[in-house]
Amino acid sequence: MKEESYGIKIENLSKKYEDFELKDVSFNAPCGSIVGLIGENGAGKSTTIKAILDLTEKESGVVEILGSATLDKETKEHIGVVFEGNNFPEELNAKELNNVLKNIYKYWNEEKFYGLLYDFKLPIQKKIKDYSRGMKMKLAILVALSHGTKLLILDEATNGLDPIIREEILDILLDFIQDETHTVLFSSHITSDLEKIADYIVFIKNETVFLNASKDELIYEYGILKCKKEDFDKIDKEDIITYIKRENIYEILIYDKKEKKNKYKDLNIDKVTLDDIMLMYIKGSDEK
Amino acid sequence: MDIIISNTSSKPIYEQITNQIKTMVMNNELHPGDPLPSMRSLAKTLRISVITVQRAYEDLTKDRFIETTVGKGSFISKENKEIIKEEKQKEIEEHLEQAIDLAKETGVDLSELTKLLKILYEGE
Repeated sequence: MKEESYGIKIENLSKKYEDFELKDVSFNAPCGSIVGLIGENGAGKSTTIKAILDLTEKESGVVEILGSATLDKETKEHIGVVFEGNNFPEELNAKELNNVLKNIYKYWNEEKFYGLLYDFKLPIQKKIKDYSRGMKMKLAILVALSHGTKLLILDEATNGLDPIIREEILDILLDFIQDETHTVLFSSHITSDLEKIADYIVFIKNETVFLNASKDELIYEYGILKCKKEDFDKIDKEDIITYIKRENIYEILIYDKKEKKNKYKDLNIDKVTLDDIMLMYIKGSDEK
Repeated sequence: MDIIISNTSSKPIYEQITNQIKTMVMNNELHPGDPLPSMRSLAKTLRISVITVQRAYEDLTKDRFIETTVGKGSFISKENKEIIKEEKQKEIEEHLEQAIDLAKETGVDLSELTKLLKILYEGE
């Protein structure tokens, strides 16, 4: 068996900015997988992505991209990046854009670009300024995929887009990883998108990695137990990860749902979404 | 292979996949030796993550419903109907045991219980 390869490998990355700090961030994105970065605004998601792209100087730690320890020119050619509000010259149409880009990217794949434009129904003759926001975002993603891309990084790319476009973008991403040497890193605070397709979730909180697990582990192992005060007092304190009290009802985040369901047969344990987990860890209290 | 998954079901998605593949084998919609779609393409069709499908295929392999050959993919294994039957039988036993426990708790004796079973079985 071949050793597992990674699109992104980060070990103990720390970086200080004037008013922001990344502390000891470690996580991997194995080839063939989609990794979602989640966390509230300002937690450090975009900074992590910036640091990966070496756009800012790193303070300490190792970042390895596509097996390369330095982000050399050749490695960069294979990284497709999409930020929120990506901009292309507004006066161009997709055809003219193609002519510009083929001179910029070493591995620009014209055929692939036109194929994707067709598949995702973007008009070739229409000026980019006449595209809708969703169309512009699709265009940015298609461009990011058309230059021999092996690693695709999306930073809050689906924010504010309608559900239909978001769904189409998920299709594009799933298409992309049909090749198991490809990797996607995807940051979003709209976690329902990630819940569908992400293989792994990295939860950034307080400028570091707070949770890093497979998505299935998160949504199937965690649960929320809802109960009244008298039941709350009967629950073993070590079973309570965090809790939120609303009026007289307690919502408690628990782990190992199956075991807890057996242990607290009379209490109701709901399944969780990634949003629930995030909310419980950020807003919940662990004072017992 | 048409698998329908529900995001609101309390059953995990990987379990929905394994259950439906088993049902398809029992109903002769899938036959021994039939190939399964690759994990990546099934993930794409169902719009779910690859490792969820991987988990389902691993569970099916562990229970010997499917066989996976590197480079060739996964296939429905030969003796799977027997295995499914055995598995279902185990499930039936478990349910019956529960019923027996309840019967004992409430003082329903064996003849009453068999009578009840007979009525339910025939009267469906």
